[in-house]
Amino acid sequence: MNIPIIADLESSQLRELPDFRVGDTVRVHYKIVEGDKDRIQVFQGVVLKRHRAGARSTFSVRKVSFGVGVERVFLSHSPRIDKVEVVSRGVVRRARLFYLREHQGKAARVRDQKDA
Amino acid sequence: MNTQPGVIGEKIGFTQYFTPDGTVKRVCVVKAAPLVVVGKRTVEKDGYTALIYGFDDVKEKHVTKPEMGAFKKANVAPKRVVRELRCEAEFAAKFEIGATVKLDEVFTEGQFIDAQGVTRGRGFTGVMRRWNFAGGVQTHGTHEYRRHGGSIGTNMTPGRTLPNLKMGGQYGNETVSVLNLKIARVDAEKGLLLIEGGIPGSKSGIVTVRHAVKKRIKRGG
Repeated sequence: MNIPIIADLESSQLRELPDFRVGDTVRVHYKIVEGDKDRIQVFQGVVLKRHRAGARSTFSVRKVSFGVGVERVFLSHSPRIDKVEVVSRGVVRRARLFYLREHQGKAARVRDQKDA
Repeated sequence: MNTQPGVIGEKIGFTQYFTPDGTVKRVCVVKAAPLVVVGKRTVEKDGYTALIYGFDDVKEKHVTKPEMGAFKKANVAPKRVVRELRCEAEFAAKFEIGATVKLDEVFTEGQFIDAQGVTRGRGFTGVMRRWNFAGGVQTHGTHEYRRHGGSIGTNMTPGRTLPNLKMGGQYGNETVSVLNLKIARVDAEKGLLLIEGGIPGSKSGIVTVRHAVKKRIKRGG
């Protein structure tokens, strides 16, 4: 989908994020508005997928919290994202890591680039 | 008769943008430039007031000679789409014949509009797609009755199928209006309208955008 007019409209929305890929572990610092106060919440997990579509781009992050899998979809260019830190680079062989949902414990890990 | 001021344009597609607080607005992009006034209808001559818009330049060889005559008379380049929109006399007086219509002269941000387009044609369609019927069961010995609509009425009384029953038929390719959409942004320079919500029709389809009929904005003040 490459419509020049829409790409032009979206170009002003785009913001720079650090380079991270599917399989990387990231810390997303996300602004949360509570009443009239802002605070920053950190969500750390494995990037399951990246949907690259101009200003509409998203990425999904999965973590296991108290034994329960939690996934969040972030809008890549949202002003509510304070920053994204890359904790570690993963080695994966596919673009979407949905198989992690069916795995538990040791099987649900992504190989680290340092170990590879 | 709808005499709200409006323009014609081309549907470009959908996008979204972020407001400063981070909420997302989904918008439909309509391109309405270069849009020129090709002609006018006046009460004295035609009995009603309307503006005739021409949209999208086209080569001279692609218009007929009578059409070309009308363009020459207005002293404008030939246009692909020519549409007439009824309007009030005051609105028509704002534009000369041959003038280019700037979008910020017609619309303001945050105002409500009605959009009209021709929906994508789906051809002759069965009841499941056209009316969201459930169809029949797929198993238990079903024979040639999987995508049917079921009963269409009783037997002796009234002895006929009642009118307006939901059945298969042509679906889509009809003119549909969506009322009370909101203008998110007017870009007069590029000739773009950003409209919150969806407008019927395919990309590059011709749409009409007019001030809302059922939601008047307060003028003046």
